[in-house]
Amino acid sequence: MSAIILFLAVIAAIAGWWLMQQRLTAKPWLEEGPAGQFPGGDAMTWPAAKIGLGVFLAVASALFVLFISAYSMRMNVVDWRALPVPRLLWLNTGVLVLSSVALQWSYMAARRHDAEDVMIGLLAGGASAVIFLAGQLLAWQQLNAAGYFVASNPANSFFYLLTALHGLHLTGGLVALGRTSVKVWRSSGSADMRLSVELCAIYWHFLLLVWLVLLGLLTGWTDDFVNICRQLLS
Amino acid sequence: MVVALILLLVAIGSVLFHIYSPWWWTPIATNWAYIDHTINITFWITGFVFVAVIAFMAYCVFRFHHKEGRRADYNPENKRLEWWLSVGTGVGVAAMLAPGLIVWHQFVTVPADATEVEVMGQQWQWSFRLPGKDGRMGTSDVRNIDPDNPMGLNRDDAHAQDDVVIESGDLHLQVGKPVKILLRSVDVLHDFYVPEFRAKMDMVPGAVTYFWIKPIRTGTFDVLCAELCGAAHYQMRAKVIVDEEGEYHAWLEQQKTFAELSGGKAVVKATYQSGGK
Amino acid sequence: MVDIPYDRIAGIPPAEVPDVELYHPRSWWTRYVFSQDAKVIAIQYSLTASAIGLVALVLSWLMRLQLGFPGTFSFIDANQYLQFITMHGMIMVIYLLTALFLGGFGNYLIPLMVGARDMVFPYVNMLSYWVYLLAVLVLASTFFVPGGPTGAGWTLYPPQAILSGTPGQDWGIILMMASLILFIIGFTMGGLNYVVTVLQARTRGMTLMRLPLTVWGIFTATVMALLAFPALFVASVMLLFDRLLGTSFFMPSLLEMGTLSKYGGGSPLLFQHLFWFFGHPEVYIVALPAFGIVSDLISTHARKNIFGYRMMVWAIVAIGALSFIVWAHHMYVSGMFPQFGYFFATTTLIIAIPTAIKVYNWVLTLWRGDIHLRVPMLFALGFIITFVNGGLTGLFLGNVVVDVPLSDTMFVVAHFHMVMGVAPIMVVLGAIYHWYPKVTGRMLNDVLGKFHFWVTFLGAYLIFFPMHYLGLLGVPRRYFELGDAAFIPSSAHSLNAFISVVALAVGFSQMVFLFNLVWSLFKGEASGGNPWRATTLEWQTPETPPGHGNWGKELPIVYRWAYDYSVPGAEEDFIPQNQPPRATHVVEGAAS
Repeated sequence: MSAIILFLAVIAAIAGWWLMQQRLTAKPWLEEGPAGQFPGGDAMTWPAAKIGLGVFLAVASALFVLFISAYSMRMNVVDWRALPVPRLLWLNTGVLVLSSVALQWSYMAARRHDAEDVMIGLLAGGASAVIFLAGQLLAWQQLNAAGYFVASNPANSFFYLLTALHGLHLTGGLVALGRTSVKVWRSSGSADMRLSVELCAIYWHFLLLVWLVLLGLLTGWTDDFVNICRQLLS
Repeated sequence: MVVALILLLVAIGSVLFHIYSPWWWTPIATNWAYIDHTINITFWITGFVFVAVIAFMAYCVFRFHHKEGRRADYNPENKRLEWWLSVGTGVGVAAMLAPGLIVWHQFVTVPADATEVEVMGQQWQWSFRLPGKDGRMGTSDVRNIDPDNPMGLNRDDAHAQDDVVIESGDLHLQVGKPVKILLRSVDVLHDFYVPEFRAKMDMVPGAVTYFWIKPIRTGTFDVLCAELCGAAHYQMRAKVIVDEEGEYHAWLEQQKTFAELSGGKAVVKATYQSGGK
Repeated sequence: MVDIPYDRIAGIPPAEVPDVELYHPRSWWTRYVFSQDAKVIAIQYSLTASAIGLVALVLSWLMRLQLGFPGTFSFIDANQYLQFITMHGMIMVIYLLTALFLGGFGNYLIPLMVGARDMVFPYVNMLSYWVYLLAVLVLASTFFVPGGPTGAGWTLYPPQAILSGTPGQDWGIILMMASLILFIIGFTMGGLNYVVTVLQARTRGMTLMRLPLTVWGIFTATVMALLAFPALFVASVMLLFDRLLGTSFFMPSLLEMGTLSKYGGGSPLLFQHLFWFFGHPEVYIVALPAFGIVSDLISTHARKNIFGYRMMVWAIVAIGALSFIVWAHHMYVSGMFPQFGYFFATTTLIIAIPTAIKVYNWVLTLWRGDIHLRVPMLFALGFIITFVNGGLTGLFLGNVVVDVPLSDTMFVVAHFHMVMGVAPIMVVLGAIYHWYPKVTGRMLNDVLGKFHFWVTFLGAYLIFFPMHYLGLLGVPRRYFELGDAAFIPSSAHSLNAFISVVALAVGFSQMVFLFNLVWSLFKGEASGGNPWRATTLEWQTPETPPGHGNWGKELPIVYRWAYDYSVPGAEEDFIPQNQPPRATHVVEGAAS
């Protein structure tokens, strides 16, 4: 459970930092008067959707970190046999990076008010995300063919479970991406459209980050890294 | 004021119930009177807080309930009062926590002279094992379980041969001797629970858990399962009998070892094993 | 950063958001069924939660019949008994209390209390309810599948939960986990709304320190729930894998009905860690909204500002944060590493300090107040007694070594029913009496209300207070019948019978309440907009019940905190939050 505790400590630090700016030590009964007379404590000015995405990313991170916590607790049991990571995953990782780059590019185009490039970026990002998902399915198939079934070892179970969970999040993102594309198609240049593109890009970067962490975990790199850190500390 | 009176009566009634309740803990049979003392300390402190808070509340309701023309005070906060109350609460909490942690330290520190007894839970019965003459228990595995070997002992382990296996019988313990009770389960979670012992611990399949006790009086005690373990959870019973030394040894003489129970095959194997060494 | 136009548009203070931008219902269906109005969603949540809660109430009667009069009712067998306790617990904790406080009160009160027109994502909010309804239906469907609902206990501990020695092993447990997963997805949708609405859609002048404590409680609880429910999600998904695909996340090598199973190597304790990592914050997810609401009830009906508002806010935040590092106090006798006991006992007992501060501040609010003993206030007083009682017995169970003899006995059952069953329900009922006039425009009947209060409060106390002593005696929980045990005297059986009779009476008194709810809807006295003369924004709406968009043409502007009751020098004994200051006010007496 150390991973999730560490994660919550980060969340608590962010929440604490934000609360510090809300004048929580003010004596509200002495502060009668109109808005603006007492600086601080006003509602956030970011668009609701952006804050909403931020909160959602915190929830999704908690979910993944909890799985990672479970992973690290379960892997210490003797029956754990790490499974070979299919080569295909490296290719998939490359495709996911491309997808993220495409959406970033689309977002930059949106800021330039270049509707055509926005559309190209979205389509490229969407297409490469679909390729990534197909590649993940292919990787599953390869593992299955090689006899690494979901129930034959906990390492396998976690592999299928974590990749499936990540894939589901990406699929959900594709739905949002589809809606954004329709929005761009209908009303290129509106502020609302630009916000949607930005949110998609943020979400994609998040999923890329999650994927890299999971990949590190599944290949055992994270484990090596933690061991090295431990040795350095002791 | 009826409301204030009823609130006060709830507090007084609770205290009276506590004092005159015929339902109280069972007479203790082990060294864990410390736990009872800690509970008593906790009762004193929490009881005081309970009565104080409710009496204060009842007084407020009595004294300040709405009457024509009454107007409430305006009193946003009183830092000093709040800090004093916090500090007071902190002291009270520490007064409960400190003895608790000290006793917990004793609880998890098994004395060196404790002998081992194993309790195995399975849906829905108890089995017991004593280490036998060599004083060591053999290894066991759930995969070894068969009708001849209900506790899944390792037939190849020399230490297992003289282990005393008690299936569907009562467990006897010797008064005054500290004993470390090793707990294991072969199917689901169980919990070896003897109310008079105060100590208890879950039994987890795939792991061995433990607690230790020193029986201080003789008698026969009910064993219950305290962790939900399926349909017949409530029927999972056995008895623990705490004996004087002589009776205990007389009982022990009558018990069968693993080798005797599982027939010649295991015995032969055992000789072969020890011969090999 | 380049200056982006949309940021500026959204950056305009919410007070100037025009009404026309809101979604407006066009037909009966979109107004009352597929509504995106938080107030309608709140009522849908509350009705659904209450309906499934009634099922859980009936289950509790059946359990009490069995416990009070074992052997008398042949239609209850040991399997069914376990199914009853499981469904009762799960429904009450998650599908009733969590849904009611956050989905019901959260939806209704947050937008009104912070001065918003609606939740920030109305469509997602609507989806949240429908996914919740689906979760409830899946849960309820387990009563009708082969094998019936799961009887694994609401904690669903593996290996037992998915093995054949437990009732409901084939369908019940699978649907239970499916339902939990749906609930979590639905809740997350709603939770995003509650959090972002508080962060972003507060009206002009509504600083955090001017928020009513109700909003603070619900807001903090929602943040906690968003972070804690994923743990239940993870546990449910992994348990579902173990059950359906034969993986061994939680399942060690074991015998299933005497034969060796296919499982191996898994850790049952891993599940418990995940479950309680959710499960303990869950206690406070239910408690914090109750803390918040009861603060407002006491302040309003005692005509006095809540004592120590700042301390109350800090305590809510502190409890929220601390509650994430106490989870293993549910596992003192689980066989986990014994040294953890020191840490978790210490954190658990520390959390008692901010909680105690809240209790002191509630009773100190009564001091020199002008206490109107109306029904909501009575429930608030009932809450204080039951909460103090349940909170104090928590100090027994949190103190690791004291927990050893008491764990898994009726003492635990009595403790958590008192602290997170009776106490929050007292607040729910008080809150319904308090806000019913705003929701319907009519008052609930006072005589029926007082009858309801006294039977519920005294009855619940008579049920659960003596039950602690059965636990001290050593009576274990989750027992279909006690059978023969030398340490259980026959008087304990009489006490059980007494508790059962009282439980039935308390249950039936809820029918009086239901009657009152329906009767008053048509025949209740008209309440007007602000019958309690309260300060907070929801009582200042132009219409009662509030219309779509809550505020008519202009959003309210907030000039003061939520507790300006009996301000010296003011003519009235309350000043609404949106009333501009006047030069004549004298508040020197307020400084301390």
